[in-house]
Amino acid sequence: MVICFLIHTVCPLSALSAGESRILYSRSFGPETGDGRDFTSEQRRLMQKEKLHIVARQVRSAVALSREASGNPCVEAVLGEEAVALGEAECGVFSLCNAELFPDRSVVLWLGVQSLAFTLVCRPHENHLLAEGTLRSIARHCLEELRLLGPGSEVLLKSDRVDAMLHRLLPHGQLLFLNHRFVFSLDKERASYVSK
Amino acid sequence: MYSAATESLIKQAREIKEDELQKFYGRVFKLLHSKDQGGDTVDSLQRLHLILSATKYSRELPSDLVMKLQTVLCSSCPEQLQVLSCSILREIFLSVHSLCSNVSQDSRTISYVASIALSQAGNKEEVMPLCHHLLKSLESRLSEGQMSKHTLPILSKMISVYPDILTDDQVNLVSRKMVDWLRYASMQQGASVSSGGFFSGPRTRQPAPLMELDGVVTGDFFTVLCVGQSYTEDQWMNMYAFSMIRSWLLTYDTGGTSNAESDDRSEVDSSVMSMVSATSSSSRLLPPKERLREKTFEYCQRLIEQSDRKALKKTDTELQKACIVESVSIMDIICGEDPSYVYRAFPCIKALYGRLNGDLAYSRTLIPIAQFYLNHSEMAAVDSEAVFRQLFGHCPTGQFNEPMLAFEFIQFCLLNASTLQARVTNYRHSFPNLLKFLAWNSPGLISEFVELLPSLLAPDTAIELLHTILDLPCLAAALDLQHRSACYQASDRTLWDQQGVKVAACLDAFRQPFYRGLFLYILRPEAGTGDTIDRHFIELLSLYIIGCRLRMLHEILADMADSPRVVRCAQVIPVLLHVYFNTVTQISDEKLMNQLMLVLLERSGLLYNIRTFHAEVQRVFSTHLQTLCKLHPSLIVDQSRELLDFVGSPSNIYSKEDFYTHVVWVIGEYLSVSYDTRCSVELITSFFESLEAVLFEITQVRQSASPPSFSPRLITVLMTTLAKLATRSQDLIPRVSLFLSKMRLFARSAPVTACYSEEDSEEIITRAHELINLLKLPNVAQFVLAPSAGGDGPRWHRDTNTSLPQSMRTISTLLHRHSSVLPT
Repeated sequence: MVICFLIHTVCPLSALSAGESRILYSRSFGPETGDGRDFTSEQRRLMQKEKLHIVARQVRSAVALSREASGNPCVEAVLGEEAVALGEAECGVFSLCNAELFPDRSVVLWLGVQSLAFTLVCRPHENHLLAEGTLRSIARHCLEELRLLGPGSEVLLKSDRVDAMLHRLLPHGQLLFLNHRFVFSLDKERASYVSK
Repeated sequence: MYSAATESLIKQAREIKEDELQKFYGRVFKLLHSKDQGGDTVDSLQRLHLILSATKYSRELPSDLVMKLQTVLCSSCPEQLQVLSCSILREIFLSVHSLCSNVSQDSRTISYVASIALSQAGNKEEVMPLCHHLLKSLESRLSEGQMSKHTLPILSKMISVYPDILTDDQVNLVSRKMVDWLRYASMQQGASVSSGGFFSGPRTRQPAPLMELDGVVTGDFFTVLCVGQSYTEDQWMNMYAFSMIRSWLLTYDTGGTSNAESDDRSEVDSSVMSMVSATSSSSRLLPPKERLREKTFEYCQRLIEQSDRKALKKTDTELQKACIVESVSIMDIICGEDPSYVYRAFPCIKALYGRLNGDLAYSRTLIPIAQFYLNHSEMAAVDSEAVFRQLFGHCPTGQFNEPMLAFEFIQFCLLNASTLQARVTNYRHSFPNLLKFLAWNSPGLISEFVELLPSLLAPDTAIELLHTILDLPCLAAALDLQHRSACYQASDRTLWDQQGVKVAACLDAFRQPFYRGLFLYILRPEAGTGDTIDRHFIELLSLYIIGCRLRMLHEILADMADSPRVVRCAQVIPVLLHVYFNTVTQISDEKLMNQLMLVLLERSGLLYNIRTFHAEVQRVFSTHLQTLCKLHPSLIVDQSRELLDFVGSPSNIYSKEDFYTHVVWVIGEYLSVSYDTRCSVELITSFFESLEAVLFEITQVRQSASPPSFSPRLITVLMTTLAKLATRSQDLIPRVSLFLSKMRLFARSAPVTACYSEEDSEEIITRAHELINLLKLPNVAQFVLAPSAGGDGPRWHRDTNTSLPQSMRTISTLLHRHSSVLPT
C-alpha cells in the first residue's frame, strides 16, 4: 500500500530557505493508523501537511547528495524530451526512522527529474520493484500531461489530471500488477476524460 | 520546470483576501447550480482546489457550496467534475456519515466517495456503511458495470487500517470471490471496441484467445501476465485480487490457524509427506481460507513459469520481475502457515533460483528467494549454503552502486540478523562486501548500518572489521574508480580526461598492474581468517603489512580525498566506530582488548587524509581508549612497550595531539600496582623518564625556540601524569619537583606568552605550583592524584578517618600555609 504521493521541488528556490522544498502536488491515501487518537480534523490536516513537508525536505537532501556524489552533469531536457529526462533521472530509496511520522519505518522511494522529484511513501516490506515501476509510470504520465519540462504552471491548475491518473494507476494507494495491455486500456479511458 | 509564475500562483492562492474569497465561493456555487459543465466551471473548480490545497491551514467553505459539491460528486456528471469535487472535498472537513449514508449504486462514484471517506474517517465506525455496501455488491450477483472495479482496492485499504472491520463470515465471502477471480476468470479476451477495418465482419467477432507475454497463445488460467486486446470484468478483478492477495493473507491467514497446525506438526515431521497433498480435485472440500491458499499457491506457481518467457516489451520484463518477487513472498507466507506446502514449493523455487542465479538483471529477485531458503530450507532438509554464498559473495561485488538493490539487501540482513548470524556460516565474514553498499551510499544507508553492525561483529574477525571501517573512505574511492573504469574504456581519452586531472591520475593508478594487489585487497569480498597458521604471528605480520600497504594506498588515492562520495563516507565513520567499540567491548576477552589497543595506537597515525577525518577519528579513539583501559587496566602493563614507544616520540604530539594527550592521561591513571601487580618500580621509572624527556624537549626555553604548536592542556596533563607516577615511586619526587619549578620560566617566556592566552599561562603556573606543594606530602598526594578504585564508593565519604571532606580541609590548610615558600 502506498501512503502518499508527492511532486515537489529539489532545486534551490529564492522564496524558501536552503533545503526547503515546495510541494506542488500531494495525495495522501487515507489514514495510516486506526488508533483513533483524538485530534480534531483540523489538527490532523495540519499534521498531515507538516509530515509531507518533512518527507519532501528529506528527499531534497537525498537527491542533492546523490547528484553531488555521482558528479554527473545535469541534463536539461525540454518539452518533447520526456523520455530523455526520465532516462537521466536518479532514483533512490531510504526508510523513515521516525516512527511518529508514518507507521513503522515506512519506505520513501524517489525519482529526481531535473528540478523536481516524484516521491512515494510506502509501507515497509512492500514490493519495491513494483513500487519503482509504478513510480516511473506515474512520473512519465505527469511529465507528459502536465508539460512539466516546460515553464508552465499546469501542475498547480490541472492537478485533477494527476488525481484521475492516480485513481487508475494507484487506486486508494493499491499498487497494481499492470502489464502493458492493462496500462493501455487505462490510458484509453483517461484519454476520454481529458478530451472532454 | 519550476518557474516564477508557479511561485506567484501559489503566493496568490495563499494570500487571497477573505472578501474576494467569499465572492469566489459565490461564483462557484452559481456555476455549479447552472449545470454548466463547460470550461468555466472546470476552471473555477481547479482554482478553488488550488486555493484550498496551497496552504496548510484549513479554510471553511460555506455549507451550501459543500452540499452542492457533494451532490455533483454523487450525480452522473462528467468524470472531470467528479474528480474535482472529490479533491476539493478531501481538503475540507465533512461528516463522513452524511456522505456515506446516501451511497448511490453508480460504481464509478463509489470509488470517489470512498477516497474521501477513507481520508477523513477518524475511526472504524465511519467507514462501516461503505464497507457494508461493497460487501453487499460482492454478495449479490451484479451484472457487469454495477460493481465497482475498485471494490478490492478499497477493501484492501480498509483492512490495512482496521483489520477487524470484517467478520469471519465476511472474510469467507471475500475469500470465495477471490478464488473465483484468481483461478476461474475468463480465458478469452474481452469484447473489444471494434476498430472496423476491411476484414472485421460478424464472423471475426468471436472472442479471441489470450496471449502470453511472448506472443504465444495462453494454455492455462488467466493471470496478470496474460495479454489481450481488452479485458473482461472478471479479468480486471483477477488483476486487482492478485495485487492485494499478499496483504490479505498477512492479515487473515497468519497466526489464526496456528492452533490447528501445532497439533498436526508432529505428524508432519515424522511421517513421510505425500507429494500429492491437497490436490485441486479435492480442494473444493476445503474451507474458504484454505481454498484461497491453495488457489493462490497455484497462481504463484503459474506466474513463476510465465516469467520465464521472454516478454516482447521492456515494461513487461520489469513486471515479470515484480511478479517473481511477489510470488515467492506469497509462497513463503503460505508455507509458513501450512508446512505441507513446503515440499511442493521447493522444487519450484530451486528451479527458479537455478534459472536466475548469475543473471545480474535479476539480482533483486534473489532476495525473496534467499528469504524463502532461510525460512524453510531447514524444514525441507535442503542445503542452502550455495544460495547464501552467491548472495553475500557476488551480489555486492558487482552491484554495490544500485540503490534499490542495496537498500533491499540491507533490509533483508537487518530483518534476519540473528538467524543469519546463527545459521549462515559466511554471513559475518562477508562484511567487506556488505560495507561496499555503505561506502557507496553513506548518507542513505548509515542508519541501517548502525543497527546492522553489531550482528557482523565476531571475535575472530573483529580486528579486521575495525581496519575495514577505518578504511571505508578508501573503499569509497576505490569503488568510484572501479565504477568509472568500467564505464569508460581506456581508449576513450576525452571522457577520461573530462573527469578532471585528479581523478584521471587515480584512474591511471587503478589500471596499473603494479598496484593491482592493493586494490584487490581493499575490494576483497570476504574477511580472511588464517586459522591454520599461528594467529598471533599472522596478526603481527598483518599489522605491518597492512601498515605498508595502506600507506601506499592512501598516497595513490590522495587526489580523491576531496571527492564528494569520499567526504560523505568519512562523515559517517565516527558514528560507526562508536557502535563498533560499544559492541566489541561486550564480547572481548583480554587478548582481543590488547589487539584493539594496538590498533588504536597504530591507526591513529595511519588514516586516509581527508579534511577533519583525522581529528574526528582521534576523538573517537580517545574516548574508547579510556573505556578500554577502564575495563581492563592491565592493558597498560601488557602494552607497555608499545605505549613507551608511542609516548616517547614527540612527533606523535604534532600529528595527533588529542590522542597523545589521552594516552598520557591513561598511563597516569592506570599504571599502578593497585591495578596490576606486575607494575614494577622499573616500569614506572621508565615511563617517567620517557615522559620527562618529552616534556623537557617541548618546553625548552631557547632564544630560537618557535612558539608551541600544542595546546596548554598537553602541558598540564604531562605535568600531572609525571606527578602521579612520582607518587607511586617516591624516589622520583625530587626530580619532578625540580622540573616543575622550571615550568614558571617556560610559561613566562616570550614565545609562550605570545601564543597562549593569559589564563592558559597562569593555569600552567598554578598547576605546577599545586603539584609541587602536593608532592611535599606524598601520601596525601597519592590519594588526591590517583585514588584507588574504591574512591567512588560511599565509604570514602562516611568513614571519618578517610573521608574526603577532611582530606580536603587538610590539603587546603597545607597549601595556604606553604604558599609563601614558592620559588619565584
